[in-house]
Amino acid sequence: MEAFGLLVYGFSVLLTWKILALMMVGLVLGIFVGVLPGLGGPNGVAILLPLTFTMDPTSAIVMLSCIYWGALFGGAITSILFNIPGEAWSVATTFDGYPMAQQGKAAEALTAAFTSSFIGSLVAVLLITFLAPGIASFALRFGPPEFFAVYLLTFCSFVGLGREEKHKTIISMALGLLLAGVGMDTVSGQLRMTFGLDELLRGINFLVAVIGLFGISEILLTMEERLALRGHAASISLRTVLKVWKEMPRYWVTLLRSSAIGCWLGITPGGAIAASFMGYNLAKRFAKDKDSFGKGRIEGVFAPETAAHASGTSALLPMLALGIPGSGTAAILLGGLMVWGLNPGPLLFVEHKGFVWGLIASMYLGNVVGLVLVLTTVPLFAAILRVPFSAIAPMIVVSCAIGAYAIQNAMFDIWLMLLFGVVGYVFKKIGIPLAPFTLALVLGNRAEDSFRLSMIGAGGDMRVFWSNGLVGSITTLALVLLFWPLLAAGFARLRGGLINERKGTTA
Amino acid sequence: MAKSGDEIVVEDPAAPASDSPAVTSNRAADVAVSLLLLAFAGLLGFDNWRTGMGWDATGPQAGYFPFYLSVILAAASLWGLAKEFLVRGQASGTFVTREQLRRVMQVFVPTLLFCLFTQWLGLYVASFLLIAGFMVFVGRIAVWKSLLTAFLFSLIMFVTFEIAFDVLMPKGPLESLFGR
Repeated sequence: MEAFGLLVYGFSVLLTWKILALMMVGLVLGIFVGVLPGLGGPNGVAILLPLTFTMDPTSAIVMLSCIYWGALFGGAITSILFNIPGEAWSVATTFDGYPMAQQGKAAEALTAAFTSSFIGSLVAVLLITFLAPGIASFALRFGPPEFFAVYLLTFCSFVGLGREEKHKTIISMALGLLLAGVGMDTVSGQLRMTFGLDELLRGINFLVAVIGLFGISEILLTMEERLALRGHAASISLRTVLKVWKEMPRYWVTLLRSSAIGCWLGITPGGAIAASFMGYNLAKRFAKDKDSFGKGRIEGVFAPETAAHASGTSALLPMLALGIPGSGTAAILLGGLMVWGLNPGPLLFVEHKGFVWGLIASMYLGNVVGLVLVLTTVPLFAAILRVPFSAIAPMIVVSCAIGAYAIQNAMFDIWLMLLFGVVGYVFKKIGIPLAPFTLALVLGNRAEDSFRLSMIGAGGDMRVFWSNGLVGSITTLALVLLFWPLLAAGFARLRGGLINERKGTTA
Repeated sequence: MAKSGDEIVVEDPAAPASDSPAVTSNRAADVAVSLLLLAFAGLLGFDNWRTGMGWDATGPQAGYFPFYLSVILAAASLWGLAKEFLVRGQASGTFVTREQLRRVMQVFVPTLLFCLFTQWLGLYVASFLLIAGFMVFVGRIAVWKSLLTAFLFSLIMFVTFEIAFDVLMPKGPLESLFGR
């Protein structure tokens, strides 16, 4: 068990007072961000990222990932107590969680949500522990064509499998890739798309864009809505916790199924939102009494929460092993890696063992500590909602500005952040998804480099992307996924035609 | 047994009315954004064509990759435009109502001023002004509470970033009085 030994090593990296303290700070900040209306995982991580700029990479990633776990936990609090999903992936939790709270079972619902989140993450972390090193060492053999094929696969699967309108996903992605190219060209050293502006020589920083797109635009969107809320206060007693835990084993099928769905959708860019709905719907479909769902059934809390957290956690697997984030938040963490001077990709497992295994160990520890923390402090965090939004909004704006400025010490970046805030607001309102943009912006340069290096190596022959079995099958798979909606429609028509034919012959 | 004691209630007296008239429809916004993106794609495409979008002895030139991306962006925007004009008739949702726009401007304008002030007065003074001003004028919270909150928040930020974490922010005349 090589992974096990390395994991123990990871824990040894972790167990210093400094890192444990940062972990607690991260979790508390994360829950705070998760509870606040209009803020959540990606926003929280983006806004709080500058806190970590001067830390060493291991402390930084531990704190940031704890912010992420905290935000995942926090989202459930508002869904259950106030029927306000703090995150899109908590929407499914409100279906049964809020009715439970109305029936006076808020504590049970919260315990169920936190515990199942914990289980979902645990399954995903186990998967990362035993799968990621293998994938990374396999990927060490990748050359530029293989890497380009993997990037292509990521982009194409977003277009083909996403639920948004296709042209809007493509717009978002092309825009991200284009903006990633602004500034000095890494291969030839030539300047491009700078239009003579000195400020653009550095390029458009990924994190500045993210802080604007997620932080500022979210404030604008939240202001638009009615901010009044009415909900239940709840505290959790040890008796309730034990009662729910005793009931839990009965739902092992649901928990396992949701974990599996979550892990799969987390690794592929399906995302936590799809996972939570799928987990909920499947639990409902397989239940004997379907009608009791939506009326305060505890299984209806278990299913989506497990799936959402399994997905949110396993999104870090491709990020660690291949340098390709599986979600928007993972993309931001990846941006963080670059700021701390690490080069994401399979070499991380070789060159920065302490960092990687410290992070993986922190996922175990962070989730345990997070679970205890949320179970004991729910009343405190629910009270945060009493703080008026007109006090919180300007504070978030200030935090965003600090974050944007700190990255490159440039005033220009604060203006850029504001611009991206407006762009994010408009895009969200007309349904242009932001996740593909984020992903494209963070991967753009490396995708282009691997493309050009492949082309240089092959003397401009596109057939290099089918030159061996591995790269050929990845490229083909990418193209299949890109045209998947067309293919699926074609299959459906073909099958429909066959059935009609058969009907014709039998009739 | 669960204790579901007191309720938490937060009022929002200045909430936008739901019957406020629409400023623009989603379709109009969609078309405007598509046109803007098309123009942007054209601009970038032209710039990359100028940089060199072909191949030379070493492989693709600097403008090759982004040039074709601008083409893709332009094509996707055109597709969106065509769709808006071909699929006519069905009602499109409201992009923003007048009341909503007013509320959004209530945050956007102060944020814009905050960015301007950061340039002249430094980030911490601007932060104090933004928070205090926003709480008093938009949130209608008591003046002393607002000033105290704004002062404490700016101070905590200053201590956290400038002193504890060594992350330096733009500073203005006030900070130089204290020799920082």
